[in-house]
Amino acid sequence: MTADQSIAPASPRPAEPSTDRDAVRLRGARLSYGRRLLWDGLDLDVRPGEFLAVLGPNGSGKTSLLRVLLGLQGLSGGTVEVAGGTPGRGDRRIGYIPQQRSMDTSVTLRGRDLVGLGLDGHRWGVGLRGIRDRRRRVTEALAAVGATDYADQPVGLLSGGEQQRLRVAQALVGDPEVLLCDEPLLSLDLAHQRVVSELIDRRRRAANTAVLFVTHEINPVLPLVDRVLYLVDGRFRVGPPAEVMTSETLSELYGTTVEVVRVRDQILVVGAQGPHCVEQPHHLGEH
Amino acid sequence: MDKLFDFGLTGSLLGLDFVQHALLAAAVLGLVAGLLGPLVVTRKMSFAVHGTAELAFTGAAAALLFGFSIGTGALAGAVVAALLLGLLGLRDSERDSVIGVLLAFGLGVGVLLLSFYKGRAGNKFGLLVGQIVGVDSASLQLLSWCAVGVLAVLAVIYRPLLFASVDAEVATARGVPVRLLSPLFAVLVGVATALGVQTVGSLLVLSLMVTPAAAACRVTANPVLATVLAVVFAETAVLGGIVLSLAPGLPISGFVTVISFVIYLACRVIGAARARRSRDRRAVSAPGVSPVPARSGR
Repeated sequence: MTADQSIAPASPRPAEPSTDRDAVRLRGARLSYGRRLLWDGLDLDVRPGEFLAVLGPNGSGKTSLLRVLLGLQGLSGGTVEVAGGTPGRGDRRIGYIPQQRSMDTSVTLRGRDLVGLGLDGHRWGVGLRGIRDRRRRVTEALAAVGATDYADQPVGLLSGGEQQRLRVAQALVGDPEVLLCDEPLLSLDLAHQRVVSELIDRRRRAANTAVLFVTHEINPVLPLVDRVLYLVDGRFRVGPPAEVMTSETLSELYGTTVEVVRVRDQILVVGAQGPHCVEQPHHLGEH
Repeated sequence: MDKLFDFGLTGSLLGLDFVQHALLAAAVLGLVAGLLGPLVVTRKMSFAVHGTAELAFTGAAAALLFGFSIGTGALAGAVVAALLLGLLGLRDSERDSVIGVLLAFGLGVGVLLLSFYKGRAGNKFGLLVGQIVGVDSASLQLLSWCAVGVLAVLAVIYRPLLFASVDAEVATARGVPVRLLSPLFAVLVGVATALGVQTVGSLLVLSLMVTPAAAACRVTANPVLATVLAVVFAETAVLGGIVLSLAPGLPISGFVTVISFVIYLACRVIGAARARRSRDRRAVSAPGVSPVPARSGR
């Protein structure tokens, strides 16, 4: 195991990430599909290095928010800025980690290739230029997540946890300023949940990367979360977990009595199981 | 059967113009099929290739009947098929049945067209199972231009296409136009399939478009190496098949399919043995969860 690799940026960034510029900035943002309003009047600033958990029941527009930040979905109103510019397709300053979904066991791809695609898979051409630099960066990214040992194995034969480590490397290899995570811990066991969230946490502390972390379960990342964006049926609340994750706030958001109980360092939300609360995570490709 | 190993006859036949044309055409086809094959396998498009090939047959049959060049007819049929499959079969749930519907229709119309054709019977049969006298220098030229076109487009879109094929969700997130690449690749496959109709025939195009790549994917997970191997396997099958078919004067597709099938079987055996070995090794070396590498300076 490579012991002393840090997840620091592989090379000096061309544009210095100014600490005073927000990594993500939404002003009066509105998103609706036809007559269905997901959210409106959303103001949100995410600072570099901040860990923001995005919570809420199914269909509240968590994944849609990521789509907006990735430039795959336009806002219905308001403005959005990511890393100082309008979100555009294939922006390398944005990293993306999807939820773990087991890959086809027969797929012709090694871990190394998966990570490499994260670096330049969206570019046209064969990419023979800079192939050495590419190899070095991929190798570093693999080492940083401790995936060197199985980097040359077919990805389809790896365990879910191993695949998800590769996903982290794939998202970080481009040295992003903003990391968007869509339920990255789902269907992982507790040990791997801890490993993956720790890797993400270390990266944001080492490289000041902002993290937007969509999840339906805050407990695995609770110690890391700086602020929470909680979305329910067009209503939302932003703030530190201690302010948002209270019986009072959640009852107000859900419009019904919700009890928040703290058991040791875990938060249990009781009574938010409305008809829309059965968690079926969305994928980016939907809508 | 002893004719099969009549090397003297094979040697003298190899000197003939039309045989050399056929070998050239086959080499071009093997290259294109080998390059596209791993993506066809990864994208699970074997059935689509088969469907496209049958519509290429329909086009070729129409060309034969109305006196156009067979190559142009096959090309037109295959491109129409690729576009139809692209448009009608966008949804995963529908794609399979749409291919089945088009394939049956195309084959039926093709057979009907051939029954009106009053020319040499061998030409008809050749469209289905391949014939080496089918390639004259005009069609060799068309074939080469088509191949150059396919390779040029593939060189431009290869990386995003691979990304979209193995990892569609993240590719979408990274801004790869996944929906645009699907029909584009279908057209490339269509053109390559049309090239195959004249040499191996429409029924057996799969033996070059799919079998060599499927074999390569059994022995390596490296996409680049898989592509190189697929080209080598496809060339071996198609060139070897033609040479072997010369002396006995039998349709080449029988030999091509047998060679590529044998390669496939061998690769399966190698792949299975290798998978077992690496499983054993991993079971010993990696018990349970390996820890996060320690942070430097902690």
